[in-house]
Amino acid sequence: MYAQEVKSTGKAVKSLEEMTPEERVFQTRIDADIKIEPKDWMPEGYRKTLVRQISQHAHSEIVGQLPEGNWITRAPTLDRKAILLAKVQDEAGHGLYLYCAAETLGVSRDQMTEQLLAGKAKYSSIFNYPTLTWADIGAIGWLVDGAAIMNQVPLQRCSYGPYSRAMIRICKEESFHQRQGYDIMMKLVKGTPEQKAMAQDALNRWWQPSLMMFGPPDADSIHSAQSMAWGIKQNSNDELRQKFVDQTVPQATYLGLTVPDPDLKWNEEKGGYDFGEIDWNEFFEVLKGNGPCNKERMEARRKAWDDGAWFRDGLMAHAEKRAARKIAAE
Amino acid sequence: MTADDGFDETLFELALRMGDNALILGQRVSAWCGHAPVLEEDIAMANVGLDLIGQTKLWLGLAGEIEGKGRSADDLAFLRADRAFRNCLLVEQPNVDYAHTLMRQYLFDAWHLPMLTALKQSAEPRVAEIAEKSAKEAAYHLERSSDLVIRLGDGSVESHERMQAALNALWPFTGEFVAPDDVDKAAASRGLGPDLSAIAERYNETTAAVLRDATLSAPADAPVRKGGKEGLHSEHLGYLLSEMQWLQRSHPGAQW
Repeated sequence: MYAQEVKSTGKAVKSLEEMTPEERVFQTRIDADIKIEPKDWMPEGYRKTLVRQISQHAHSEIVGQLPEGNWITRAPTLDRKAILLAKVQDEAGHGLYLYCAAETLGVSRDQMTEQLLAGKAKYSSIFNYPTLTWADIGAIGWLVDGAAIMNQVPLQRCSYGPYSRAMIRICKEESFHQRQGYDIMMKLVKGTPEQKAMAQDALNRWWQPSLMMFGPPDADSIHSAQSMAWGIKQNSNDELRQKFVDQTVPQATYLGLTVPDPDLKWNEEKGGYDFGEIDWNEFFEVLKGNGPCNKERMEARRKAWDDGAWFRDGLMAHAEKRAARKIAAE
Repeated sequence: MTADDGFDETLFELALRMGDNALILGQRVSAWCGHAPVLEEDIAMANVGLDLIGQTKLWLGLAGEIEGKGRSADDLAFLRADRAFRNCLLVEQPNVDYAHTLMRQYLFDAWHLPMLTALKQSAEPRVAEIAEKSAKEAAYHLERSSDLVIRLGDGSVESHERMQAALNALWPFTGEFVAPDDVDKAAASRGLGPDLSAIAERYNETTAAVLRDATLSAPADAPVRKGGKEGLHSEHLGYLLSEMQWLQRSHPGAQW
């Protein structure tokens, strides 16, 4: 989702017999559903996996501000402008909680930012698609935040305490985000023919990228098993994707919109929808940096960071002067 | 100025001026969302923007009510032409960099708070009510922007230079807030708004103290640039409005 391809140890999951005594105590706590806290002993692989996952998640929130921020100055009414601004602000807030959660694992926010700007850290593929019309703001809230919630609700039970607690706060805000997105879509489908066409076009463009948010199919997902054993991941990619499709298709029907998938059909036997093949080639290309907006997104983040250097340095310089004055006065 | 048909033009203009200042500045600062120098600033600047947009809804809602022609706050924000906007020139000045953005905010807040505080005593209860709510927000804005102006003015060589350059560029626009015109005088004579010369005094005191602590100096004998209150704007406003109003105007009558 917001962390789509988190590298784990790359090794098979150890059985309790193969573990060292420390590992065994650790795994027993996880199996008993007791949270791991920053000062507890943890395997190096667990720590690294979490840092990767939480920082990817944080970066996704930060980069995720850009496609929606693109419409703040063009929002069609004062209410829509305020709601969108509040939503994008929430995302900055989510980024902040998550960076703080990752910092408890011994990595600083500046280090994580530098990794992102150097192209070494990933963020969700979804934010590399452009927001071309106002309906895209609706579609992002409805589909992208909808998919995010699907993945993040189980993360509230993540074995690592600080991450779990951050996710509890985030989930509360995400459900408001999804509702505002769906509300935009409702208004559009009840509006003029142009507005309805705008809504359908947005669904057409955001449907597949939203399904990709859950990550590659389970068969190709090499890092999942260890993460599941560690209680970092609770459900498989395909499980969550199926759940998302089953939840979203009736919502599209209610809107009077058509899901852009000719193979989509209800499967009575499994009690869920069958859906068409996802273009995984596109997904991997976007992850590699070849999506429609990868370049623009990274440029915008680099520009914010580089242009803001004087501001951060200025505040540091003032703090040093003030400290020096205080010492001089004593 | 109350016309025979009951239209209170002075009150209408007062509400428009307050609303347009909030709207145009809110539009400017909201453009930073996702692009600020640090995450905490992204969040704080968005808060300021949200407060200003919220205030816009109240002021322009009141303006529409006074006008009595059925125009909503949205109609006034999204369907008025440049010359009908009543904001001071300062708030429409471009973001340029974060120094200009913060300095513009500070120079606005230093007027906004005493103005709203005075408006709490307005003879018009609807004005007093909006001022009551908005003054709390403006007090926080001023606290924040003064603090940053001081820290960055008295910060590194570069931050000092940038803040001074921003002050030089923006100072000429400050006079307009406190230079009374006929509308301001009419409002003051009816107790709807304050006597601007009292606000000017407060403004000069506050800014002098903060700029001194920031080791910045306001340019001496800078010309006063004004016109916005009467609808005579800088070239920047047209571009701001084209962006802000575009979607509404390209789908006439649509609901969003």
